[in-house]
Amino acid sequence: MRLVVVGNGMAGSRLISEVRARDPHMKITVFGAETCRPYNRILLSNVLAGSSRPEQVRLVDPAWYEAHDVEAAFGSAVAWIDRETRHVVTEDGRREPYDLLVLATGSDAIVPPIPGVDRAIPFRTLEDCERIMAAAEHARGAVVVGGGLLGIEAARGLAGRGLPVTLLHLAGHLMERQLDSEAGVVLGETLAGLGVGIRTGVSASQVEEGGVRLDDGELVEADLVVLACGVRPVTKQAADAGLEVRRGVVVDDEMRTDDPSIFAIGECAEHDGTVYGLVAPAWEQAVVAAEVITGGKARYRGSRLVTRLKAKSVELAAMGETHLGEEHAEVVRFSHRARGTYRKLVIRDGRLVGAILLGESDAVGTLTQLFDRGGQVPGDRAGLLFPGLSSAPVTDSPTLMPDAATICRCNNVTKGQIRACWEAGARDVAGVAAATRATTGCGTCRDAVEGIVGWLCEQEGISV
Amino acid sequence: MPGSDVTATHCPYCALQCGMEIGPGVAITPRTDIPANASGALCQKGWTAGELLTNGERLTTPLLHGEPVAWDVALDYVADRLSAIRAEHGPDAVAVFGGGGLTNEKAYSLGKFARVALGTSQIDYNGRFCMSSAAAASIRAFGMDRGMPFPITDLAEADVVLLAGANVAETMPPFVRHVTGPRVIVIDPRRTQTAKLAWLHLQPAPGTDLALALGLLHLAVADDLVDEAYVGARTSGFEEVRTSLSAWWPERVERITGVPVHQMRQAVRAMAAVDKAYILTGRGAEQHAKGTDTVTAYINLALALGLPGRLGSGYGCVTGQGNGQGGREHGQKADQLPGYRKIDDPAARAHMAEVWGIAAEDIPGPGRSAYELLDALGTREGPRALLLFGSNPIISAPASEHVADRIAALDLLVTCDFVMSETAALADVVFPVTQWAEEGGTMTNLEGRVLLRQRAVAPPEGVRSDLDVISALAARLGHRFETEPVKVFDELRRASAGGPADYSGITYERITAETGVFWPCPTLDHPGTPRPFLDSFATPDGRARFVPVQHRPPAEEIDADYPLYLSTGRVLAHYQSGAQTRRIAPLVRAAPEPYVELHPDLAEQLDIGPGDVVRVSSRRGEAKAVARISDAIRRDTVFMPFHWEGANRLTNPALDPTSRMPEFKVSAVRVERDS
Repeated sequence: MRLVVVGNGMAGSRLISEVRARDPHMKITVFGAETCRPYNRILLSNVLAGSSRPEQVRLVDPAWYEAHDVEAAFGSAVAWIDRETRHVVTEDGRREPYDLLVLATGSDAIVPPIPGVDRAIPFRTLEDCERIMAAAEHARGAVVVGGGLLGIEAARGLAGRGLPVTLLHLAGHLMERQLDSEAGVVLGETLAGLGVGIRTGVSASQVEEGGVRLDDGELVEADLVVLACGVRPVTKQAADAGLEVRRGVVVDDEMRTDDPSIFAIGECAEHDGTVYGLVAPAWEQAVVAAEVITGGKARYRGSRLVTRLKAKSVELAAMGETHLGEEHAEVVRFSHRARGTYRKLVIRDGRLVGAILLGESDAVGTLTQLFDRGGQVPGDRAGLLFPGLSSAPVTDSPTLMPDAATICRCNNVTKGQIRACWEAGARDVAGVAAATRATTGCGTCRDAVEGIVGWLCEQEGISV
Repeated sequence: MPGSDVTATHCPYCALQCGMEIGPGVAITPRTDIPANASGALCQKGWTAGELLTNGERLTTPLLHGEPVAWDVALDYVADRLSAIRAEHGPDAVAVFGGGGLTNEKAYSLGKFARVALGTSQIDYNGRFCMSSAAAASIRAFGMDRGMPFPITDLAEADVVLLAGANVAETMPPFVRHVTGPRVIVIDPRRTQTAKLAWLHLQPAPGTDLALALGLLHLAVADDLVDEAYVGARTSGFEEVRTSLSAWWPERVERITGVPVHQMRQAVRAMAAVDKAYILTGRGAEQHAKGTDTVTAYINLALALGLPGRLGSGYGCVTGQGNGQGGREHGQKADQLPGYRKIDDPAARAHMAEVWGIAAEDIPGPGRSAYELLDALGTREGPRALLLFGSNPIISAPASEHVADRIAALDLLVTCDFVMSETAALADVVFPVTQWAEEGGTMTNLEGRVLLRQRAVAPPEGVRSDLDVISALAARLGHRFETEPVKVFDELRRASAGGPADYSGITYERITAETGVFWPCPTLDHPGTPRPFLDSFATPDGRARFVPVQHRPPAEEIDADYPLYLSTGRVLAHYQSGAQTRRIAPLVRAAPEPYVELHPDLAEQLDIGPGDVVRVSSRRGEAKAVARISDAIRRDTVFMPFHWEGANRLTNPALDPTSRMPEFKVSAVRVERDS
C-alpha cells in the first residue's frame, strides 16, 4: 500500500504520524510546498509577539522522518493529480504513484485586490512571520488590516514589541463572527489599553508608501502593513482533477472525496457544508482518515468550535452560537466594561450552546467542557459564571461552630470534645492534645484548637 | 528499648512509617527520633493501631475448608496439593501473590520461594496497583527508582512543592507538617483536604493529568523558564521533547483538562521563580492506563526546571503502602530479582543463582503482572493454585467481581492472614500469621530509608510468622529456608549486593543506632545515600533522560450511557482494603460506610439528596453507597473510597503498557438514586 500525502502542514503532518502509529509498514510519501519542517501555525502569533522563537514551534524533529520510514519532500508543491494512472505530479516534474492519496493542502491568505497591496505582508506562514518581524525591527508604525482572530493576535503582538499599531476592520465590531457587538466593543477597549488603535467599519482602498488609504480618503500612517483578511481553501489540484469542490473539497464522514482512493482533511476539506479553519477539527479529521486508511472504522461527525484568543493580557474564549438573543434562547450575561470583563452564556433546552468569556476567568475550562460535551447546565447559573462564588470557604470562627463540628480531622475530634476536655481542666493546646489527640496529625487545626481554648478561657474570665 | 518495657517500632500502616513506641497494655506513643514524624505526630490510624493487637477477630488456628486444623495438617495438605498440581500442570500452574505491606524479609523470602521452591514465574504483588507507574517512569528517567531520592525533611526548606494527585492530608497526615513552609500547588480533580491547604489548586478532569503536565511544560518552554544550563549539563533528550511540546499549547490543554490557562501559567511561574522546588506524584497521577507517561511528563517538567539531583529540589513519588518501596525491590515482582535487579538480565540471574545455590537457567523468567495474573487464574493457560500473602484482591483489584470469579475457579487458594479478610474467606486453607508488633523485620519507607520493625508483644498462641509458613512449605518441597528475620535479612543483604537497591552495608544494629539507613549502602562503613542523584543519575551516561510522551484519552470515555467519571481514593480513617481498619471501633465511627461524593448541581439534576442510597454502575458492575453532596468535586465526576467492597467492582482493568498499572482513577459510570 502506497500512501501519498499532499501538504505537510498541521493536518498533513498529523495524519502521517497517526497512520504510522497504526501501521509501521505502509509506504508513506509526503509533499510539502513550504521548504521547512511542519510547524504549529497556532503558535505563530507567539513568535510574532516575540514570546516564542521560531524553532520552538516545530512539530516534527528532523530525525523523525527517517526513524519512521517516511519520505518527506520539502519545497515540493504538487501541480496536478493524474487519477487515471494514480500518480501525483509535482511542479518540479516528479511523478509519484499512489494507492491512497490524502489532500491536506490547507488554505492561502486572502489578499484583497487593492492597489499597492504587494507593499503589505500577509500573516499566514512562518516565512510571513519572519518577514513581518524583520520589517518591525525598523518600522515606526504598523497597520493590521482585518480584525478577526489572527489580525487581533498580530496587532497585539506588534504592539507588545513597542510599535504603534492601528487595527482596521471592515465590520462594525471586532471578531464579528464569534462575538456579539458588546463583546466586540469591550475587546476593542481592552486592546486600546494595550496600545492597539481600533478602527471598525472602515475599508482600505489602497496601500501606499506612507500607510493605508481608507475609502473616505483618510491616510492611516504606517510603514508596516500586515494583512489578516481571512483565508481561502487551496482546492485547485482537486478541482483540476475533477473532484467535487464547493468552498472546499467535498468529503464524506470517512473524509473521502468522491474518488474513494482520495481523502481530504483540514482547511481544504468541506464536510457537511462546513469548511473548518481551526486546528482542532483538522486533527480530529486526521485521526478519522488515519483510522480509515489503516483499515479501521471511524466517522467524522463535525466539530464544536471554540475560539481562544492567544494574546498577552487579553483573555478571550468564544464558542458556539454567541449571537442568539433572549428571543431564541436563555441568555445569562455579566458585563463590567471598566474591567474589560464580559461574560455571556447562551442556553437552549438546558444545554450550553454558546458562550463568550472576555477577561480572565476561572470558569473558562468548565464552560468549554460543558459546551464540548453538550452536558446539562446546572440550575445555578451564577455559580457557573463565577466559580468559587458558591464554594467560598465559610471561615466560621471556631467559637461560632456547633459542638458537632469536626475540628481535628486527623484524629476525628469535635468542638464538643474539646469543650468537654476544657471543662475537665485542660487549659492549653498541649492539654487538649494529650486528652483528645487533636493537633497531633497534620497539625493544621492547631490555630482552631487554640482559638477554642482561648475563647473558653475568656468566657470563664467574664463569668468569674 | 532494651531493658525497658517499651519497644521502639513503627506504625503498621502507610509508607511514612511513623516511629512509635509500644508500652504496657499496648499503649502507643509517637517517637521523636524518626524524621517522618519527629514532631511527635500520629494520625488516628496510628494512635489506634494497638487495637489491632487486641482485636477479638484474630485468626489463631489454621483453617482447612473452614475447619480448624493443626498446623502440620494444613501444611501437609497444601504441600501435597501444590506438588500434585505442579506434577500435573507444570510449575507455572502455581502462582504467588504478595503485598507492599510485607517486610523486606518476607518479600525476599516470597520471591525466593516462588523461583526456587516452586520454580514458578507466576509471582506478582499488590504494589503493582500502587507505585508501579512512578517506578517505571523513574527508572526510565533516572535509571533507578527510589520513591523520594531525598530525605522528607528536605521538603520543609523548599519554596514550592507541587503535589500531582497526592492527597497527603488524608492518606498520611503527618506528611503535611513537612510542607507547611513551602507554597503548595495541588493538582487533583477534587478539592481534597490537601487542596484546601494549598496555595494554588488546579482541578483537571479525571484522566487528563498527562495533558496538564504537557501544558505546564509547554509554558515553561514558551515563557523561557527552562534551566538551560542544567538541561545541557545533566540531561539528555530535551530537543525531542521540546519539539513534541509544540502540539500541547496551553489553550488546547485548557480545553482537554478544564484548567484555565492563567492557572497553569501561575503554577509554572511560581515553580520557575524560586530556587528550591519539588514535584511529587501520587496515585492520582499514576493509577491510569497511561500512568507511566503521566509521571514521565511531570519528571520532564522537573528536569526542564532543573530540579532533580539538586540539593533542595527534586522529583519524588509519594509511595503508598507501608513497605511499598522495599516491597518493590526484593523479588516479589514478576520481572524482578532482589536488589532491584531485572530478571532478564543475565548478570543478575548469575548473581542470584550463586546466592541461591541453583543454576541460573533454573531461575524462571518474567511472569504475569498482578491483574493479568488474577485474570488468568483458573483458566486453561493460567495458574490453578494461588498462594496469597498480605493482600486482599477481592476488595483491591479492579473489576473485582471478575477477579472473584477467577479466584473461585482455582483448584487451590491458600492465604496467610491475621484476620478473616474477604479473600481469606474464600480460601481452601488459611494460615494465621503474625502482624506488625508481633514480629521483627525491616521496612523501607517512602524516602528509601530502611527502618526496623521490632517485636513488642508475643503473638497469640497458634499464630506463626509468614516466614515460618514459607519455610515449612519449602521444607516439604525439599528446600531449606531461614525463618529468623535477621538471618533472612543477612541473606537479602548478600542477594542485593551490587544491585541498584544495595542493602549489603545495612544491619539491624546500624538501623537502630542511626534511626534508619538510606539505600544504596554497599558496605558496613558506607554512610548510606540520602540523596543519590546529587552528582549523577543512575543511567549509563549519568544524565537524566527526557522521554517524549503524548496525552491520550482515558481507556473508557464518558458517553450517553455512562455519562460521569468515577474516581476512587482513600479516606483518612482507613487503610487499603480496610481489612485491618474496618475492625477498629474508633476508625469505624470516623468513617463507617462507603459513600459516593457528588457535586450539588449533579445531585440536583439526579434528584439525589444527602444520605440517599445511590446505585453506581459501570460496564463491569454495580455498587451501592450513601450520597455525600459536596462542591469540592467537579460536576462531571463522582468519587468513591475503595476501602469497602463495591468501588472496585466498577473500576477499569485497562492496563498501562509499561507498568501494567490498572486504570483505577477513571472509569465511566451512571449514577441513580436507589428506588
